[in-house]
Amino acid sequence: MATKDMMRPFQLFQPESLDGALALADKHGGDGWIMSGGNDSLSWFKDRVKSPVAVIDLGGVTDLVGIRETANGIEIGAQTTLTEIAESDVIQSKFSVLSDAARHVATPQIRNVSSIGGNLCQDTRCWYYRDGLDCYRAGGTKCYADTPEGMNREHCLFNADRCVAVTPSDTAPAIVALDGQMTIAGPNGTRTVPAEEFFIGPAIDIERMTVLEPGEILTTITIPNTFSGATFYFEKVADRNSWDFALVNVAAAIIEDGSTISDARVVCGGVECVPKRLTVVEEVVKGSSRDEETAALAGQSAVRGATPLNYNHFKIPLMENLVKRAIRDA
Amino acid sequence: MAYDLIGKDFTPPDVVAKVTGKAKYSEDFRVEGMAFCRIYSSPMPHANVKNIDASEALAMPGVLGILTADDLPPMPAPNRPILTNEPRYAGEPIYVIAAESEELCMDAMEKVRVDLEPLDFTVDPLQSLYPGGPNATNGGNVAGRGPEGAYVKETKWSARDFAAAGEGELPMGPAETEWAYGDLEAGFADSDYVLDDTFITQGLSHHCMEPRTALAYWQNGKCFVHASSQSQAFPVPFLAQYIGIEPQNLVFIAEYCGGGFGSKGTAYPEQALPAHMSKKINRPVMMRVTRVEEYNIGSARPGFQGRIKMGFRKDGRVMAVDLYIVQENGPDVGMNDYISAADALALVYTPENMRFRGIPVATNTPPRVPQRGPGQNQIACVVEPLLDKAAAELGVDRLDIRTINTPNNGTLYGPNKGKVTSAYLKESYEMGAEKFDWARKKSRSGQRDGTKVRGIGLGSAYHSAGYYGFDGLVMITPEGKLQIHTGVGNLGTYSHSSTSRVAAEVLKYDWDNCVIVRGDSRKHLPWNLAQFGSNTSYTMTRTNYVAAMDAVNKLKEIAATDLGGSPDDYDIGDHTVFATADPSKSMTYAQAAQRAIELGGKFSGQEAPEDLNPMTAGAVAGLAGQGLIGVAKDTLESDGTPPAFAAAFMEIELDLETGKYEILDYVGIADCGTVLHPAGLDHQIKGGAVDGIGLGGYERHVYDPQNGLPAATGFNASRVPTYLDVPSTMTTGAVGIADPMNPVGARGIGEPVQGCAAAALLSAISDAMGGHYFNRVPVMPDMIVNAVSGREQSHGPLQVNTF
Repeated sequence: MATKDMMRPFQLFQPESLDGALALADKHGGDGWIMSGGNDSLSWFKDRVKSPVAVIDLGGVTDLVGIRETANGIEIGAQTTLTEIAESDVIQSKFSVLSDAARHVATPQIRNVSSIGGNLCQDTRCWYYRDGLDCYRAGGTKCYADTPEGMNREHCLFNADRCVAVTPSDTAPAIVALDGQMTIAGPNGTRTVPAEEFFIGPAIDIERMTVLEPGEILTTITIPNTFSGATFYFEKVADRNSWDFALVNVAAAIIEDGSTISDARVVCGGVECVPKRLTVVEEVVKGSSRDEETAALAGQSAVRGATPLNYNHFKIPLMENLVKRAIRDA
Repeated sequence: MAYDLIGKDFTPPDVVAKVTGKAKYSEDFRVEGMAFCRIYSSPMPHANVKNIDASEALAMPGVLGILTADDLPPMPAPNRPILTNEPRYAGEPIYVIAAESEELCMDAMEKVRVDLEPLDFTVDPLQSLYPGGPNATNGGNVAGRGPEGAYVKETKWSARDFAAAGEGELPMGPAETEWAYGDLEAGFADSDYVLDDTFITQGLSHHCMEPRTALAYWQNGKCFVHASSQSQAFPVPFLAQYIGIEPQNLVFIAEYCGGGFGSKGTAYPEQALPAHMSKKINRPVMMRVTRVEEYNIGSARPGFQGRIKMGFRKDGRVMAVDLYIVQENGPDVGMNDYISAADALALVYTPENMRFRGIPVATNTPPRVPQRGPGQNQIACVVEPLLDKAAAELGVDRLDIRTINTPNNGTLYGPNKGKVTSAYLKESYEMGAEKFDWARKKSRSGQRDGTKVRGIGLGSAYHSAGYYGFDGLVMITPEGKLQIHTGVGNLGTYSHSSTSRVAAEVLKYDWDNCVIVRGDSRKHLPWNLAQFGSNTSYTMTRTNYVAAMDAVNKLKEIAATDLGGSPDDYDIGDHTVFATADPSKSMTYAQAAQRAIELGGKFSGQEAPEDLNPMTAGAVAGLAGQGLIGVAKDTLESDGTPPAFAAAFMEIELDLETGKYEILDYVGIADCGTVLHPAGLDHQIKGGAVDGIGLGGYERHVYDPQNGLPAATGFNASRVPTYLDVPSTMTTGAVGIADPMNPVGARGIGEPVQGCAAAALLSAISDAMGGHYFNRVPVMPDMIVNAVSGREQSHGPLQVNTF
């Protein structure tokens, strides 16, 4: 309470190449902080909850900016802004669920400076954790949200493990729905992981939201052509229509063969620490026609197993409705 | 009546500075040698400060000093403490530390060791009233303002009081305040429909865009304060008291204000901090207040836990009301919103019989101060949806159940049979119904489009709208300019200008030759009321009228002295005073002003009326000899409460699957007498509607009962509505019937234009949901989703400060 709204001083590094950024990250190790658009980072710094010694700003690494069409799909540099994603012709024509999701992030001003990489890697918004309390995720030994009186309206329905925080990203469910592949550069070279495995829950590591190891940088998101031109649906429900995080969001990619759904990927945000891919829903809808009955079944199966907290059980009907809409209204 | 200036649009003189960024707010000033201070605020909701050890911090180079509660004189209630050794909410200032830079202040703060002893706390008034429940302050748990002044005491209700209430109903133990009129039982007996509902109105933050930053320094025994203030003259004696000096030794500069909404209406304790620090370290001190601090020390609207029993005759007439309000007051004596709420109910719905009971209870949440429509807007949110409920039960049109109960010019309301100066709420509804096309649109109620359903809502709100007895001051200069000196402040509605135009109107001045003098107490400003309580249009048109009339009389006296005849033989026009019978016998205003200087005495301010406030007398003395002075205290007749009413209509389309809605149409109508400034009123109604949409459907004020910490500080977490949440076009209007108690017929309007929008939104949501009444405000999408899916709400029926 005493130390809000004033950053501690830090050294700022603005490398112009990925190799430069990696070298700096390696050199500063745990004292370093890799920053993209800065919207998540600066709020941590201002509140003095996180106070890195060295901030490595990726804004000048122009190699990581841009959307490239390839024979197999598209490659998106992690530093591409959300505005560029939202306005990209190729994304709008082939993978509109992603441009749609990007368009629903925060505000135009924030989208202008925020990168897709930053949006995917951002930390959770649990207000206890952001407030700097000594919770599990902050290295402590308790959770303030998962208690009888905890103010947990915006927390998870699924797979809590000491921590009940959720993914705040709007683009992450779209990337998972599109079966995006995440290319990660690090001191030991480059690796690629499916988006679905890129995000990790508290059972795997309670202090991280992604598989990124210290010193690693997300460089590229590759979207395969699997769902190019498919039927898509994205919807975000937040308290406000601008500058807000999703209470629940849904991204769906559906391929229809005549009147039958031949393939589908359906993903929800805001209900679990990771974007929740709803494989049961996908199984339910595959082979069925896209009608009210299928949609209702999809919605019902989406929320099976949900374990609400005291203030967030509204997310069950909300998630059910959004998944239903994703099938019905796509 | 036809006017040259009143009722016409104009460009306010400060608008260019505001839109170009040239306007200087308190944070924009710099003074040579300026140091900074920062606040250390309590990390706990309630504690005793056992010790503060700043020795290590004070030894740091560049650290200039620390100020604790021990350095300051005690501030007896109703003043709030400037600093405290008993923090009573998370965020209450414990000390301030000064240094050469803010960064250094922060580094120093981390070296100060504060030893806090945690104490019991509560964020729920009912928990505090329960036997053995925690007290929010060491002095007790019931704190308020009574007829004999501020009080703090301990009150616990009995377990029997709590047990007597049904599940989810408000227990009603002994009240602190109570009044009644008529025969309540007979009123209910005569009713064809009686409802009895428990309700919650959540107290909410003020969300001022400009945090309450202040800069202070001392020169030659005077203290200079650059402050964020809604008001100019009125705060001076109160801030002087907080600083510990005589009002004439305070130079108060408040030319621009980035939003107050009631929280900066008069002086507030933190405003005095840089002055005290400046005195201690003998340097100018800037105290920039951060966004989080603004949400903590910036106060909030009191919340209500209440219960209302209403009896209706079959035609919708309100026969009886029994109202009980437990007011959440934060840690101090707060404000009397709950009493104002009952007063408003008695006037707006004119119940035949009524009883009110209430109790103000302290909690460990931010202090409660007035916020736009304090009490009136909360009760509008409660009662208006219940009128819909009664209308449905009785089969009465929802507009008719409102207009059958509205007050009129002859209404005598409340226990004291109070008068109003004039009242046209019914006409506001009628005008709104026509602009909204109520007759057609109401048939769309419940109309489905897939998962979406139309909701049609309406509602009204009220606030008293004017005072009297303040001073006006104008001066005609030898150059022929009219200086209109106003101490009213600049809260953002441009009423400093629109009310000043009355002086120009009376003197038949071209507006281009008028100068509004304001914003700095060195500029010889009169004693004026604060810009709060929707009063400015009424109060300040009166002061500017009497000052201008005094100037007119003096012009005529000077003309008679120089040109012969009696003052009554003269008239004014075209910037001259002339003989009515022979207009060639004339002198210009400029010439008259020069003669006023030569004549001296009352004409140019060497003498002043004895009934002026000392501040005004000082201003006149400061102007003496510079021109023709018009100055007077407003002693015009003012019989009855001048009311401000507003009525609103709203159409929404609610998606039952998401709990989200779009506002398709909004019509807001004001009853504020003569319209002074049409564009200003239009913006007031629209801005009030945006604010009301926040009050009714968006804003949050969340305090964790486990640790007393806030979860909704800042513009993001507190969910003020955004551009995309409000309608892009709105229709406004005004009844425009002149009030007989104001020289130009004007009354205020600022507050009810928020409450009517909140009420109309709640009415529309309930209508879309086929008559589901939440009895809680604000209504959030999660509540709608829960209700539609048949789930219990997450919060308990009486829970407050929750999501």
